[in-house]
Amino acid sequence: MQKITREVLIEKAASLLNEGVVSGVLGWKQGEFAYDVTPALFTTVDELNEQFVWGDFCGANFSKYLVAHTRKTQSKVLVFLKPCDTYSFNQLLTEHRFDREKVYAVGIPCEGMADVSKVKAIAGEGITAIESTEEGLAVTTLYNDAPVVIAYEDALAERCINCKSKKHVAYDELIGEEGDVLESGRFDQVAALEAMTPDERFAFWQKELSKCIRCNACRDVCPACTCEKCVFNNPVSGAETKAPMGTFEEKMFHIIRAFHVAGRCTDCGECSRVCPQDIPLHLLNRKFIKDINTHYGEYQAGAEVGSRAPLVNYTTNDVEPGDVFERGEENA
Amino acid sequence: MCLKGVKRMRKCALANLDKLFAAIAENADLYLPVNDENGAASYKKWEEGTEMSDALNTVKSPKDFFFPQSEDLMTFKTEGKNIEITDIREESKDFVVFGVRACDVRSFDILDRVFITDPQDSYYASKREKGVIVSMACTRPTETCFCAAFGIDAAAPKGDVTTWKTEADLYLQANTEKGEKLLAALEALTEEADCAAVEAQQAKTRAIMEKLPLAGLDTEQFGGGKTKEYFDAPEWKELSQSCLGCGTCTFVCPTCQCYDIKDFNTGRGVIRYRCWDSCMYSEFTRMAHGNNRNSQLERFRQRFMHKLVYYPENNDGIFGCVGCGRCLAKCPISMNIVKVMKTLGGKKDE
Amino acid sequence: MSEMREPLIPYVGVITDVRIDTPDIKTFRVVTPDGKKAFDHRPGQCAMLSIPGVGEAMFSITSAPTNTEFMEFSIKKCGCVTEWLHQAEVGQQVTIRGPYGNPFPVDDAFAGKNLLFVAGGVGLAPLRSVINYCRHYRDRYGKIDIVYGSRSKDDLLDYKEIIEEWATDEGVNVHLTIDREQEGWDGHVGFVPNYVKELNFDTDKIAVLCGPPIMIKFTLEGLQALGFEKTQVYTTLELRMKCGIGKCGRCNVGSKYVCKDGPVFRFDELDELPGEY
Repeated sequence: MQKITREVLIEKAASLLNEGVVSGVLGWKQGEFAYDVTPALFTTVDELNEQFVWGDFCGANFSKYLVAHTRKTQSKVLVFLKPCDTYSFNQLLTEHRFDREKVYAVGIPCEGMADVSKVKAIAGEGITAIESTEEGLAVTTLYNDAPVVIAYEDALAERCINCKSKKHVAYDELIGEEGDVLESGRFDQVAALEAMTPDERFAFWQKELSKCIRCNACRDVCPACTCEKCVFNNPVSGAETKAPMGTFEEKMFHIIRAFHVAGRCTDCGECSRVCPQDIPLHLLNRKFIKDINTHYGEYQAGAEVGSRAPLVNYTTNDVEPGDVFERGEENA
Repeated sequence: MCLKGVKRMRKCALANLDKLFAAIAENADLYLPVNDENGAASYKKWEEGTEMSDALNTVKSPKDFFFPQSEDLMTFKTEGKNIEITDIREESKDFVVFGVRACDVRSFDILDRVFITDPQDSYYASKREKGVIVSMACTRPTETCFCAAFGIDAAAPKGDVTTWKTEADLYLQANTEKGEKLLAALEALTEEADCAAVEAQQAKTRAIMEKLPLAGLDTEQFGGGKTKEYFDAPEWKELSQSCLGCGTCTFVCPTCQCYDIKDFNTGRGVIRYRCWDSCMYSEFTRMAHGNNRNSQLERFRQRFMHKLVYYPENNDGIFGCVGCGRCLAKCPISMNIVKVMKTLGGKKDE
Repeated sequence: MSEMREPLIPYVGVITDVRIDTPDIKTFRVVTPDGKKAFDHRPGQCAMLSIPGVGEAMFSITSAPTNTEFMEFSIKKCGCVTEWLHQAEVGQQVTIRGPYGNPFPVDDAFAGKNLLFVAGGVGLAPLRSVINYCRHYRDRYGKIDIVYGSRSKDDLLDYKEIIEEWATDEGVNVHLTIDREQEGWDGHVGFVPNYVKELNFDTDKIAVLCGPPIMIKFTLEGLQALGFEKTQVYTTLELRMKCGIGKCGRCNVGSKYVCKDGPVFRFDELDELPGEY
């Protein structure tokens, strides 16, 4: 359950709109059901009062929307940022992807977001209402006589179970209490994969990636994927592809994408959230993050604006490429 | 529909379902929905021990069976200035797709009207000819379901054979010659049955259908001839503003049928294949010298106008949507045809 | 199974002649390997040409159906397939399939009428087929006016044929124009739409327009100012196409598929479509 209420956010947004500080508000809009929240731009207080929501299904990260939005407008936009979103925000600024002057960032605390597929796995299909109560999510369905109460930790999205930080690394204004960078188990699964034999590991990724339908949702939602023209869409790149051809194409797509965002991925987890086939894509990225930490020292992309990522920087303490090679050999 | 005397109802005890599947698989490849370890269903080829999923529906629609995501069309060999074209079309094998829901069964009609109209697409047509559709009535529709809006009865799906799964039995009824043939081959494993159990199940399902959150969804306001009414609607801006331009809705959709044709050079020759494409993609209509749909608003509008206006205009008023709800469940930003219909349709009440 | 003709599987074609028309337009003559025309077509229809491994693209058939020996395609260099074709030599094989789309109504709406053809740049290519068809069946049509313009004298397509054959036909008036003054050019100088207005055509005719979108827009406005109705004016559209048979969805505009329901449209028909072409 979120500690900050919708009303507090609306009040903040309304005052900034009324004062003329911002001309629009990027926020979450109520959908058909309790959980299908759509990112939207609100431009009036009435719209906010009618449709703005804040709750346990507001997972969408708005940072990437700022790239397109700040190009279209001369005025400022208010964006609500959860702690993890602020890392993407900073990383995009580091890469000069949007105009900071046109953004009014309000940091908001986040208690972790629920994953509707987990909710459905427990409460069943046919959800007609979800209420956030002290005890947890009270889920009403077509097939249960009484609401099923799901403890928050049981409904928590995987990326939130392994939340890396409750601390905001960027904002103009903060609502609520600031949190801390957390110790998380986010590399546990990567370690488990590393412990596998190469054949087992290949089988794991083969099984997962063969589910890919090449819808590009992971790429299109990814705040690190902001190329003007993706190599996979560019007919003259020689790498333009559109569908899983044979058995390798989708693997190439994901592996190249993971390489391309290496050192820039903040581990926001949007890729896995949007995957229609529930492929744990974030594990590819976490593997890179873990390796970077191991070889070059702890580094969190987006922790600060302008930081030189290890992969685009050089220090005399850097690991020798040969060592990396040997380490690879050991795992082979 | 269970019609006593008109169509014969057969039944098979659920305990014998594996035998039934084995018997079908003797003469044809049998595909049915199977759960993965996360409970997500997809069509898999049946083999001894395969357990049919109880999931309401598969993540990907069964359109893959007739219109695969990628499909080789022909090959070329080039030598010097010469080209040799090889027609690689093969006789399709007989196959049975089991457990198709009412919404997806309708999607085949919608695809047929595209692919089997003159000039016929022989790749699709040959698979359609060989495939037998065994549908299964829904018993637990979910909140994203809205097939009824398109006149589909989830309790009485069409297809070559319709089945109903009750507590104890699988009821089967043939609707077509293909279906009769399939059931005739299963005669020994099934027995004559009356319709009571099926009718009871249907009544229960239909009662749930009426209580679904999207039960009252109105299609009246859409259809052929409404291009002018909706094309320039200001609502498109708001509806499309957060669209990522990905292809999720298109690729999980049972009726989206746009495709691309591409060449792949293997080094020993060229394979010309086709693959699903999406009107949501920025490259979809790009030509060497321009693009007639430059903004995501235009691309987004195209997808929904096609389903709600253009398709019905060309196809006797039949909508290009079956209400399966996949796009509702899978869109990364939770934007979908229902929101489009409510927003565009709703403005007329004002 | 494979005895059924699959529309997506092309025939082999051979380039038997390459003519350099302008700095960026070449005209290719294509026949089957046994020297025949690949298929019959009607004026205004198109064909898919491809080079395996490079790609397939739709081109209007420039030659008239009355030519029973070969087909010609006037192709401007502007993308992968066209760049490759521009490097092709005589004897090169390509693939060809078609014909696609609806033709100009040469035997119906055009019959017995005076005709005005207005083309800009490579826009003459699709019109050449219908112009030569109408010239072939000269007695079926009234007076023919052809307004054709390009950037410069060197960018005029089929200049020799226009001057030596079209301009010398009885009842055919050719009005050429180029955008800017040029040495060795004593003809009209100015943009096509303005020239059409200057020529002050009578409305007793059917007009056919093909060229860049901006030329089409202003020429149509000019014709309307002269009193032409949209029902008298035709054009041919160009959109991205892949299948050519109204299935792949790429050229869908409103309820129409340009590859199948077009590319020829009358302007009042275009008014019924959303403005996405």
